[in-house]
Amino acid sequence: MTVAGFGSLALAACLLAPLVGSTPIRLTAVFDRSIPFADNVDAQIFFVARLPRVLAAALVGSGLALAGVVFQALLRNPLASPDTLGVSAGAALGAVLAITFNADFSLLGVSAIPLATLAGSLGALAIVYGLSAARRRGASSMVLLLAGVTLTTLLGALTTFVRYLADFTQTLQTVRWLMGSLDVGSYGPIGAALVPLTLACAGFATLPRVLDLLSVGAESAAARGVNVPRAEKIALASASLATGAAVSLAGPLSFVGIIVPHLVRLLVGADHRLVLPAAALFGSAFLIACDLVARTAFAPAELPVGIVTAIIGGPVFLWLLFRRQ
Amino acid sequence: MSATRRASAAVVAWAFFVGTCVAPFAEPVAAQTTPGSSAAATISDPSRLIKDYLPGGASRLAALLLPHILPVCSVVAPCHPGAALRNLVLVQPRRATSPRRIISLIPATTEMLFAMGAGDRLAGVGTYDRFPAEVERLPRVGGLLDPSVERILSLKPDLVIVYDTQTELKGQLARAGIPIFRYVHRGLADITETMRALGVRVGAASAADAAAAHIEQQLAAIRTRVARRPRPKTLLVFGREPGALRRIDASGGYGFLHDVLEIAGGTDVLADLKRQSVQLSTESILARAPEVIIELHYGSRLQTDRLDAERLVWNALPSIPAVKNNRVHVLVGDEFVVPGPRIVLAADRFARALHPDAYAR
Repeated sequence: MTVAGFGSLALAACLLAPLVGSTPIRLTAVFDRSIPFADNVDAQIFFVARLPRVLAAALVGSGLALAGVVFQALLRNPLASPDTLGVSAGAALGAVLAITFNADFSLLGVSAIPLATLAGSLGALAIVYGLSAARRRGASSMVLLLAGVTLTTLLGALTTFVRYLADFTQTLQTVRWLMGSLDVGSYGPIGAALVPLTLACAGFATLPRVLDLLSVGAESAAARGVNVPRAEKIALASASLATGAAVSLAGPLSFVGIIVPHLVRLLVGADHRLVLPAAALFGSAFLIACDLVARTAFAPAELPVGIVTAIIGGPVFLWLLFRRQ
Repeated sequence: MSATRRASAAVVAWAFFVGTCVAPFAEPVAAQTTPGSSAAATISDPSRLIKDYLPGGASRLAALLLPHILPVCSVVAPCHPGAALRNLVLVQPRRATSPRRIISLIPATTEMLFAMGAGDRLAGVGTYDRFPAEVERLPRVGGLLDPSVERILSLKPDLVIVYDTQTELKGQLARAGIPIFRYVHRGLADITETMRALGVRVGAASAADAAAAHIEQQLAAIRTRVARRPRPKTLLVFGREPGALRRIDASGGYGFLHDVLEIAGGTDVLADLKRQSVQLSTESILARAPEVIIELHYGSRLQTDRLDAERLVWNALPSIPAVKNNRVHVLVGDEFVVPGPRIVLAADRFARALHPDAYAR
């Protein structure tokens, strides 16, 4: 029932958002087959400019929200987010390297920067995964959290160093990338991001009950027959994959992965069988709405969507934080 | 507290004190000087250091020591310890009418100096200087955001050309008594205006005036050549993600490249947005329907086949007149980022792209 409500919200966002934009378009012309596509401005605005954006926003929003839910439950920390374990920082390093050294390659229609971003996030994932595997028995999730924060700082420093080496025009590109954007302009990057996202969702599907038990405590979860190390690895890998896919598609977007889980928990309670799908759907709707603001508020100029998510997300998060006390 | 702990705390405190005392003397100044020049002083000679570098060195020393001294000063001299320190290290600026050792931190002013025949008086240039080839032999002293005061001081300049927003650097040079020329850039008219002002400052007024007048004549000639031709609506792209139509930055109705585009006979499709650079969505580009797209790339790293590939990326938006009529131009060159004398070259290349028939022979 609740999930159906969130589902219809997300569906409504997906259907309505492409109809709204900085330019008025005629729907009759969009679906008019008699005009060749090459000449049909309305159809191109709809199918090339808007639809990919909305789809990308839906995927990125759900990916980040899911990753946020899983990280918060896994690390038993309400401030954990998809950025916490350094996956975003790894992605940023990949992107900045690709921009600074003019990486020139593409794979299946996906250009160098998204590929480098994905590679960077997978690299960070490998480090986190290795750390978690090397973790001594009995070490708390606090150790993993601390390792993640350290890794984020370390990768952030490397990113800053690479940016230091870049020249002026590359610096501008880097700054733009770090602000985040959902204007993907084609379906190739979306298709590419779908692969890791699907893998991540397969991982998430095994988790709801395990996360409920884990959020109480690793010992009691183990006592109830949960294979804690294995479940933690699945959760870590899928949440990081989802984050990597989202960041490679849109750049780093703050707050989506941290406030959406909290909002959803406030609305539906702590049962992860509800929280996970509801967060995915609400995350989609939230980011679609933010992107709508980003592309219309200062039209024809574009506002980087990362600014919108933080400006809307920041106050909401503060309100949540102080309301609970 | 145990004895070991006390001892280690003492060692840390001692190391801190020694570090703050030694740090101002221990930086690699000598390595940055021009070989053979009188400035290649050995920095390890303290008397030389105090005589020549006192302003910079002392103020840096003061800055480092201030946290230690302040509590004492507030007891001894409660009035204003900072002012007393500053008065101690301040020296009067030396005034030279015709500077012989100029440092230019900005590529545009470097090119201007060469254009007015004063390039041989440059003692150092900024990180981003690429033109003319002579700059490759000159020491680099950092850029807009990271100027190295130390290297600048070591080159013993008698004029430093700074960007007006480099407030910190301006303050440091003023304390060191080194004259500065403040440069600020807004539109195309600033190029020749700055050239003339710089010419007066370095004592090359007539040469600078001649060079500036030559630029104005050449720009006027381009304007005349394309006048009375239909002015195509043009999208001037500064940058975007390689291989994709993402994160597109384009010229708004402000800035020297916008002005150059207007001279070259184009109408900026974003002229109503009074900003130098605008991040555009694909939707806005489709809606504005530019008749010509000029995309700028910088440096010479892009290969020809790569340029073609970048041009073909625009085919994803086939309804744009520029794409339909094959009027997407990818131009490579540093002259598009430097608002200096080479602006004539930039205007010429814009005009040829916008009005090929005016240049057809």
